[in-house]
Amino acid sequence: MAKTGMTKTMNQYFDDLRGTRVWRSIFRSGTGSSTLKRALAIQQNVFLHLFSTKVRTRMLSLSATWYLGTLTLGTFLILIATGIPLMFYYHPSAPQAYADTKDLQFVVSSGLFLRNLHRWSAHAMVFLVFAHMFKVFYRGAYRTPREFNWVIGVILLLMTLLLSYTGYLLPWDQLAYWAITVGSNIASAVPVVGEKIHFLLLGGNAVNANALLRFYVLHCMILPLTAMFFVAIHFWRIRKDGGLYSHASEPATQRANANPGVVANAKEAQ
Amino acid sequence: MADEIKKNDDVNRRQFFVKLGLGSLSIAAAGTAAFAYQYLDPNVLYEPSPVVNAGKPDRYPLDSVTLDVNSGIYIIHSQEGYFSISAVCTHLGCLTAWKPELGIIACPCHGSKFEQNGKKIEGPAPKPLPWKRISLNEDGDLLVDRSTDVPPLARDSFVRV
Repeated sequence: MAKTGMTKTMNQYFDDLRGTRVWRSIFRSGTGSSTLKRALAIQQNVFLHLFSTKVRTRMLSLSATWYLGTLTLGTFLILIATGIPLMFYYHPSAPQAYADTKDLQFVVSSGLFLRNLHRWSAHAMVFLVFAHMFKVFYRGAYRTPREFNWVIGVILLLMTLLLSYTGYLLPWDQLAYWAITVGSNIASAVPVVGEKIHFLLLGGNAVNANALLRFYVLHCMILPLTAMFFVAIHFWRIRKDGGLYSHASEPATQRANANPGVVANAKEAQ
Repeated sequence: MADEIKKNDDVNRRQFFVKLGLGSLSIAAAGTAAFAYQYLDPNVLYEPSPVVNAGKPDRYPLDSVTLDVNSGIYIIHSQEGYFSISAVCTHLGCLTAWKPELGIIACPCHGSKFEQNGKKIEGPAPKPLPWKRISLNEDGDLLVDRSTDVPPLARDSFVRV
């Protein structure tokens, strides 16, 4: 007892900190680790309140989700964290874009690392989005009441592909040029307004300086902000739709478990 | 009496102002959409001129097919005269190449093949390579107008020197 009176443990210091007026003004839930306090800590945080305050333990196991949605978010965060530093060295102009990309590869300290991390994360994100969708599809997790969140997911797939596509032009090399030539010509196949979409997308009739700038703005501003908006809705809907899909917790399954006789009679009646 | 008049009137003061407000917002939204569309639609383009000077005709020997990579056109000197066709594949816009050993025009992207008069042999291209208007200027240079298609094999689609 005398000993604890003299020296405080790390946890005690942390508890003292969490009891201070400044801390309490920011995080209102306060000290203590009761279920209520922990739930409040989630519910009262602007970022975490999108999520459920409680999660079924079995939904945290690898087999439940393979963490594919979380991994997708992880790649998205890596892409933001690496993409912003890349913007400091990259000029989206026709004479400079290719040279800047080469500078990032060969001259800028850690430029190679950042660019490659951005590139590989982009590939991984496309893969993970598809894997996540397959997992959700084959588990049947897209069904009522989660069908709207599936729709949001399809929009996010589109955002991912558009981000991937717009980023592809930015190195301004032969691969980028012809890929965007081909891709933008696919847009011309839209009935009636195809040619107009092609013209507006490129800001001209061919892949040139206007197209580079437009794709840069789409890639760095419009599409990431739109994606973040829908990601927020996507996460919030998980909570609103009753948490992650778990077959044993579905209302139909629970009704069947509660009244096994009803199901048995129904089978006999057939 | 006053109640009857009010019943016949579908719109009361509050509804009128709601409609007025929503109507104004709709008009403003439509104006913003038109404004945004016009803003994003460039009025001036700093693109190369569609008219290409292909130089003196004697640069192109008889029975030759010459690709100008920068302008994306072929200058072909045939028995009938000089003519020009687009080198941009009608499938998805890749630059095609003349294969002298096979005597065909081939696209590297998705394998479309064309005859030297632009007619499609095989592949996903939906249309033949279009012929472009060709003429001679005062200096005797061949001019190709890439913005104007002309009928294939027509008499006026050739230049004879």
